[in-house]
Amino acid sequence: MKLVIIQYNAGNIQSVLYALERLDVQARVTDNVELIQSADKVIFPGVGEASTAMHYLKERGLDNVIVNLKQPVFGICLGMQLMCAYSEENNTSCLGIFEEQVKLFKPTDATIKVPQIGWNTISNLKTDLFKGVTEESYAYFVHGYYAAIGNRTIGTTNYVQPYSCALHKDNFYGVQFHPEKSAKVGEQIIQNFLSL
Amino acid sequence: MLTKRIIPCLDIKDGRTVKGINFEQIRDAGDPIELGAFYAEQGADELVFLDITATIEKRKTLSELVNKIAHRINIPFTVGGGIKTEDDVSALLQNGADKISVNTAAFLDPTIINRFAKNFGSQCVVLAIDAKCETDNNWYVYLNGGRTKTEKLVTEWAKEAVDLGVGEILLTSMNHDGTKQGFALDITAQLAETLPVPIIASGGGGNEQHFYDVFTKGKADAALAASIFHYKEVAIPDLKQYLHQKGLAIRL
Repeated sequence: MKLVIIQYNAGNIQSVLYALERLDVQARVTDNVELIQSADKVIFPGVGEASTAMHYLKERGLDNVIVNLKQPVFGICLGMQLMCAYSEENNTSCLGIFEEQVKLFKPTDATIKVPQIGWNTISNLKTDLFKGVTEESYAYFVHGYYAAIGNRTIGTTNYVQPYSCALHKDNFYGVQFHPEKSAKVGEQIIQNFLSL
Repeated sequence: MLTKRIIPCLDIKDGRTVKGINFEQIRDAGDPIELGAFYAEQGADELVFLDITATIEKRKTLSELVNKIAHRINIPFTVGGGIKTEDDVSALLQNGADKISVNTAAFLDPTIINRFAKNFGSQCVVLAIDAKCETDNNWYVYLNGGRTKTEKLVTEWAKEAVDLGVGEILLTSMNHDGTKQGFALDITAQLAETLPVPIIASGGGGNEQHFYDVFTKGKADAALAASIFHYKEVAIPDLKQYLHQKGLAIRL
């Protein structure tokens, strides 16, 4: 299986690569359009800021490449947010694969911190991405913006309010949390993606 | 619900895990990779690796070690010790660290916080503060692994650093560190209640009750300890079970 991780100006790419290596899976980190298009599966990671990342993708034509992929694509954290329609983070138009909007957490209680950093539960899990994953499992999150709940929601988490921790449309999957850092639960989800 | 985090800290010197009592008298407590993997398996929520000799010896943190740790461990980890430049941060993140922590260098040149936050994101910039309560009952910032006193109040420095872009604060009470008599609840709560970023409490955790107290009375988001875990005085699964039974949100 040819597995590609999209290289762009966002963090955690190495972490995803190492997580795959722990599972004895080899992946290629690249921004080469042909390699991405010809891969069996594509991982679109990301920790960073939405407008800078979108700008980078557009400059290289990667935005069009990603939306037209037919093989399974797995967006992680910022990767998932960029697959949505729009992000409030610096008023950014995103890839529009998922109709959902990405918004800033606005807690009314001052003791609730933004960004959310840490382990939270994932619930209402749907699709084979979560095969064998128990409801209310814990996953590791680091994010200040969230995707609202919508038609494409395949998992929910509650922080400030319920939101989408996972989205799915056709061949596109995205998770807000970091499976590469979510211990055994995360490894199961990565394995599930690889088995799709 | 977002859980409270339990974070074992591995102080590193020459590639080995050590722990100082009140930052002195260092004892060897094992191989950091093995120990880190063991803690991850036991249910630690994160790990912190601090290269405690880095500041004095001007030694770069061990990117190679970080790389080995990242290949082995499936939970987030922070690396600190002598980090001064974007290149330092970049090397550590490239080798698989999730966050970096800064202490003395950020105090001496606060603009690095801003630069790191801008280049790598606030979520990966942790400010470590070594704090000591003096006879005037105020908490002061100490530098260089607790050897150099400053006139800066902890509350002021923490606030400034948050404004500059740190994503979390790791607060170590020098008065409590190594005593196993409980965490510094007052200063921890003061920061946790006034700042919009998570506070990791460190120093003084000796038993399960101390962790419960720092999460409830101290309002900490996370609690860090070292020797009690290294010497198996408190086992992480037991600690987490205890906190869960007491009604806290804990990942089991």
